[in-house]
Amino acid sequence: MSAPTLIPTVEVQDDFRTRAHKALGDAQLRNNFRSAMDSLMTKRAVAFSDAHEREHLRALGNAIRARALSKLPDLLEQLEQNLTRNGVKVHWAETVDEANDLVLSIIRAHEARQVIKGKSMVSEEMEMNHVLAEQGIECLESDMGEFIVQLDHEKPSHIIMPAIHKNAGQVASLFHDKLGVEYTKDVDQLIQIGRKVLRQKFFEADIGVSGVNFAVAETGTLLLVENEGNGRMSTTVPPVHIAVTGIEKVVENLRDVVPLLSLLTRSALGQPITTYVNMISGPRKAHELDGPQEVHLVLLDNGRSQAFADSELRQTLNCIRCGACMNHCPVYTRIGGHAYGEVYPGPIGKIITPHMVGLAKVPDHPSASSLCGACGEVCPVKIPIPSLLRRLREENVKAPDSPNQVMRGQGSKYSRKERFIWNAWARLNSSPALYRLFGFFATRLRNLTPSNIGPWTQNHSAPKPAARSLHDLARAHQGKQGDQ
Amino acid sequence: MSAKQNILGKLRKSLSGTTPLADNFDEALVTEPWSYPPEQRIAQLRKLMEAVHTELHLTTGQAWPQLLAQLLRERQLPSLLIAPGTPHGQRVVEYWQQHPGLPALKAYDRPVEEWKAELFNDTPASLTGTLGAIAATGSLIVWPTREEPRLMSLVPPVHFALLKASEILDNFYQVQQQHKWAEGMPTNALLISGPSKTADIEQVLAYGAHGPKDLVVLILEDQ
Repeated sequence: MSAPTLIPTVEVQDDFRTRAHKALGDAQLRNNFRSAMDSLMTKRAVAFSDAHEREHLRALGNAIRARALSKLPDLLEQLEQNLTRNGVKVHWAETVDEANDLVLSIIRAHEARQVIKGKSMVSEEMEMNHVLAEQGIECLESDMGEFIVQLDHEKPSHIIMPAIHKNAGQVASLFHDKLGVEYTKDVDQLIQIGRKVLRQKFFEADIGVSGVNFAVAETGTLLLVENEGNGRMSTTVPPVHIAVTGIEKVVENLRDVVPLLSLLTRSALGQPITTYVNMISGPRKAHELDGPQEVHLVLLDNGRSQAFADSELRQTLNCIRCGACMNHCPVYTRIGGHAYGEVYPGPIGKIITPHMVGLAKVPDHPSASSLCGACGEVCPVKIPIPSLLRRLREENVKAPDSPNQVMRGQGSKYSRKERFIWNAWARLNSSPALYRLFGFFATRLRNLTPSNIGPWTQNHSAPKPAARSLHDLARAHQGKQGDQ
Repeated sequence: MSAKQNILGKLRKSLSGTTPLADNFDEALVTEPWSYPPEQRIAQLRKLMEAVHTELHLTTGQAWPQLLAQLLRERQLPSLLIAPGTPHGQRVVEYWQQHPGLPALKAYDRPVEEWKAELFNDTPASLTGTLGAIAATGSLIVWPTREEPRLMSLVPPVHFALLKASEILDNFYQVQQQHKWAEGMPTNALLISGPSKTADIEQVLAYGAHGPKDLVVLILEDQ
C-alpha cells in the first residue's frame, strides 16, 4: 500500500495576504488548481464554440436577470403566492441567524435528528452544518465534493467543485483514515464508497435540505440542476424538504429558465445540460406514493438588499453561480478558494462578500485583482465585475464622514495621509503654474529621488524623473522648427 | 415588522421612481440554433446521450417487451420494478404472463414508507415511460405521476425508459410551449440526460454517483 500523500490545508486564520502567500508556496495546491481550471476553461470554450450564438445568449441572460431585478419585490410576492397555492411553505429571513432559527424550528417540529443536504451555497452562508451540530443534529453533505470537504473539516474551495483543491491520492487517504476503507486511488472505487455511505444516509434522513438554482414566480417552481442525483435524493426521499435560497434567485417566467439553464451548465462545466434538471412545484399530493409530505422555502436576504439599493452594485445580483469567473481568474487559479477566507471565493466572491459581511471585514477583497477583465468577459449574465471591483475600491477609501452611505464597512481603508497626497496630486496637475514649478524642480533634483519606495520597489525599479520634461523638449523642438 | 415586510420594504424603496424593464425575450435565440429536421432528431439525441454513457435501442411498439426481457436476462437482473397502473406497465405484465421464467416483476403500488428498505436494497432495475425527449440537449422528459412515482427513475441502479420517437422535440423551449407547462406544473418534473455521474474528484468523470448507474432508453420508432 502506497504511503498517503500530504494533505495541504490552508488555515482560515491570518489575513487574506498571509493566506495568499501560504497558498502560493504550496506546490501541490497550485498544481491541483492549475490543472482543474485549465480543464474547465477548455470545456467551456468547446461548449460555446459559436461566438455569435454565445454573445446573443449572454445578452438575453443579462436582460432576463435585469428584468427580474427591476420587479424583484413583486416577483417575490408572486412566487410566494404560487408556492403557497401549491402547498409549499415560504419563510423569509433577513439574517443568517434568522434563517437558521427557521430551519431549526422546522427540524424541532418534526423531532428530527438526521439531515441530509444537497449542495447549497446559501446553507454555507448560514454555516448550517455547524449550527445544527451544536444542537445535536447531524447535517451531512451528500454532494460527493461537499462530502469529501466535510469529512476533512474543511470548507468548499470552489462553488461548483467544492473539493477541487484535493487530488485523488488525497481523497484516498482521507477515505482510508476517516471511513476505514482500504486505500485506493481509483476514482470509480472512491465514488462507489461515497455512494454506499450516503445511500444509507438518504434512507435514514428525517429532513432533506437543498439550494435552488432558479425560482420561477409564474408557476411557483423551484428548479435545481445537478449531475449526481443527490439533489433529487435529498428533495424526494426524506419526509420533509427544506430549500434555502437568496432573494435574488427568482425569475419571472418559466421560459426564462431556458436560456439561463443553457448558460449555467455550459459556463460551469461545459455540459449542454446537467444529468438532472429537477423542477419541484409542491409536496406530495394526497394520492401520490412518494415525495416529501412537506416542502419549505427559506428566502434569505443577508446583505443582498444592500447591494440592490445601488443601481450599479445591483448587477452583482445577476449572478447565477456558475463559477466561470473563478475558473478564468489568474488570481483564484494561483491562490485557490480557501485563501479568500469566505464562502464565495474568486471574482464573484470579491463583489458579493462585502455586502454579506461588511467591507471592513474583507478590506483586501476588491484590490486582490489585476483587473485583467477575464471574469467580466466570461460572465454568462454579463456582470461587469472589473467595474464593480473598481467601485468597491472607491467605497473602501471613502471618508468616514461621507454623507453617502452605500454599504456596511465602507471607508475601511480610508487614510488621511493618502487622501492628502491624492488631493495635492490633483491640485498639482490641474494648475499650470504649479505644474511648471513642479516640473522644474523634479527634473533638476532628479538625483535626490529615493531608491527604495515601499511596495513599489519590491518588484519594480525606482522611478527617476528624466533630465528634461516632455514640455521642455517639446518647446525646444518647436523652437528649432521655428528657426528653419 | 416581519422579515418579509422589512425585505420587501427595502427593495421597494430602492426601486422607487423606476419602471420595470420590458420583456424582450427573443425566442429565436433559444430555438433557431437548436432545431433539427425530423429525421435527424433520433441521431442528435443518440449522439448526446451516448456521449454520457446512455444505452439506446431502436425497437417498435410491438417488439419492445421482448427486447426488455432480453436486456434484463443479459444483465442478469433478478427483478424489475414496474408501474402497474400505466399502459406500458400492463404490457409488461401481459408479456411476462405469456413467457414464464422471466425475471420477477415488482409493482410500485403502495406508499414508499411501506417498502422503503426493499426499494433501496433489493430493487435492481425499473421501467418508466417518458413524456418525450429533447434532441438539443439529449434529455428525457419525465413527469412522475401517482401511477409512476418519482423514485422509480432514481433509486434502482438500472433505469429502463420508453420513448416514442414522435415525442422527441427539438429544444426545451418547444417542450414548454407544446406541453403548456407555464399553465400548470406537476409536483415534480424532470429532465434526465444520462446515468448519474460526478467529476468531483480531480475532474475525473465517474458514473453511478447517487442515482442509476445505467440508463437504457428503448425508442419506439413506429410510435
